[in-house]
Amino acid sequence: MDYLLIQMLNGVQLGLLMFLLAAGLTLTFGIMDLVNLAHGSLYMMGAYLAWTLIGWTDSFVWGALLALPATFLLGVIVEAVVMRRLYARDHLDQVLATFGLILFFNELVRAVWGPAGKSIAVPLFLSHTVEILPGVPYPAYRFAIIVVGALVALFLAWLVARTRLGMLIRAGASNRRMIAALGVNIELLFSLVFGLGAVFAGLAGLMAAPISSVKIGMGDDILILAFVIIVIGGIGSIKGAFVAAMVVGQIDIVGRAFLPDLLKTFMSTATASSAAPAISQVLVYIVMAGVLVWRPTGLFGQRT
Amino acid sequence: MMGSLLASLRTPRGFVTVMLLLVFVVLPALTEAFDERYLLSVGTRIVIWSIAAVSLNMILGYGGLVSFGHAVFFGIGGYAVGILSASGVQSGWLQWPVAIAASALWAAIVGALSLRTRGVYFIMITLAFAQLVYYVSAGLAAYGGDDGLNISRSRFPDLIDLRDKASFYWLCLFLLCATLWFCSRFANSRFGAVLRGTKSNELRMTALGFPVFRYRLVGFVIAGAFGGLAGVLLANEGAYISPAMMSWVKSGDLIVMVVLGGMGTLFGPIYGAIAFFALEESLKPLMDLGHKGWGEYWQIVFGPMLVLVALYAKGGIDSLLGRHHD
Repeated sequence: MDYLLIQMLNGVQLGLLMFLLAAGLTLTFGIMDLVNLAHGSLYMMGAYLAWTLIGWTDSFVWGALLALPATFLLGVIVEAVVMRRLYARDHLDQVLATFGLILFFNELVRAVWGPAGKSIAVPLFLSHTVEILPGVPYPAYRFAIIVVGALVALFLAWLVARTRLGMLIRAGASNRRMIAALGVNIELLFSLVFGLGAVFAGLAGLMAAPISSVKIGMGDDILILAFVIIVIGGIGSIKGAFVAAMVVGQIDIVGRAFLPDLLKTFMSTATASSAAPAISQVLVYIVMAGVLVWRPTGLFGQRT
Repeated sequence: MMGSLLASLRTPRGFVTVMLLLVFVVLPALTEAFDERYLLSVGTRIVIWSIAAVSLNMILGYGGLVSFGHAVFFGIGGYAVGILSASGVQSGWLQWPVAIAASALWAAIVGALSLRTRGVYFIMITLAFAQLVYYVSAGLAAYGGDDGLNISRSRFPDLIDLRDKASFYWLCLFLLCATLWFCSRFANSRFGAVLRGTKSNELRMTALGFPVFRYRLVGFVIAGAFGGLAGVLLANEGAYISPAMMSWVKSGDLIVMVVLGGMGTLFGPIYGAIAFFALEESLKPLMDLGHKGWGEYWQIVFGPMLVLVALYAKGGIDSLLGRHHD
């Protein structure tokens, strides 16, 4: 029972990380109608920038806090140099250009930071365990990810539902041309939203770094999962991204944790432990296929 | 026949096409004469990737469907050959049809689900289904898992020995020509016209009474089958299969080739495949000239080039050759 609880918390933690990534993606899709494959590169850059800044400041907190404005700046630059020219183009051009950006960033990281992966140590003040229930220890760092992730999700919900910027974001998602016609500075809005998405991606990348590793292409695999999430949730919907991220997080972790034992009952141990991660990955895609058959525009997507 | 060929030589497009064909035909003799075996294997890979790019062009170029998972057919074709070969079935007469049928079947399943959706959803779903197969293949411990598997090449007794580099090249070139012939029939048929119609205006074709979904599905299945053929050849080229054959980056590379060469044109994907490999092979030494060791990072230059192609190169290489006269 305790084991199940801990694995479910791990699922929540993974889900929140993926939500941070998916939130930026779904906003850029919803508002700018932009397919941004390079969103995973911002996740990677967040982790690498944090690694460097933590080295300079000799402090996890300062390094992380400095890495966030750095990824915001990077996001705004990428938006101004490339993305801005892509909004009016068809999806194919966007796919091609942002695919080029992925190649560029992966190679840039290899040239600057070298081909070997980096590791960020779990900060000392979070390296103990907390008792989530009496007698059930849980790593404090993972717990901190859950707290930060949940706070950011709440912040985003507040931002979108309660602020003027959020109102513009929602208006932009439903009709871009209309709010431009109403005199809203849409270029500034797009820059801000893209920068915001970059910060969330960078935050996810740097928070994931101590529990996985900082390596080239780290953003690409998780980006595809983020795509699956926003497809399940419905493009443009923050709520949908959140629900889907939670579901995918649970499937992935619980599948990894429990499938090997389940499979071992009818196949050899070695086969079971190599097949289980593959099957839990496949489960995610089967859920996606099921959702699409049932609702082709996702759980919370707009009907067309 | 001869007269029209000579006449077409006078247009830039006809000239380039004939030159291209000539280079493909004399390549084995040239590499033999200069003892550059490596170039022949590059040539073979260009021909195989061209088949895949031509097949992607059938749905992407003519149908306007941005499938971001076409490399999955490399994998399915390759793994069908590899798995059969590992279980003792060596005959190509059995392996190849099974591999192509498996690719067509998977295309039918993916197409039936993904063609229900539009735009961004379609892009991501085709990508996601390709990843699904990728993860399944990485989980096949019996067939090498992540590391892949060395396989023995398909056998066609008394017909052709695929271990011979030159014979294999000729076979690939023959199959590329067959694919091109099919593609030109496909594009100019009533079916192709309907497919192009759905690209420019889906609503109009629906209103005219065409079952758009079914046309697209059939196109998707045909493209998948030819993609599977390319996968069969790729597995035989290296005598090796691995999940990396169908990584999403390869799907991206295929899209790059089609767009770079010229979407919806017969020879465009081939120009694209050649340009892609030529850029890779030339950027490395060029950047090494600037500074020893920079060549390793050629994608730092290649990435932004793709951005520029997407932004400014409408029509691709094919459009440089002038307008089509047909």
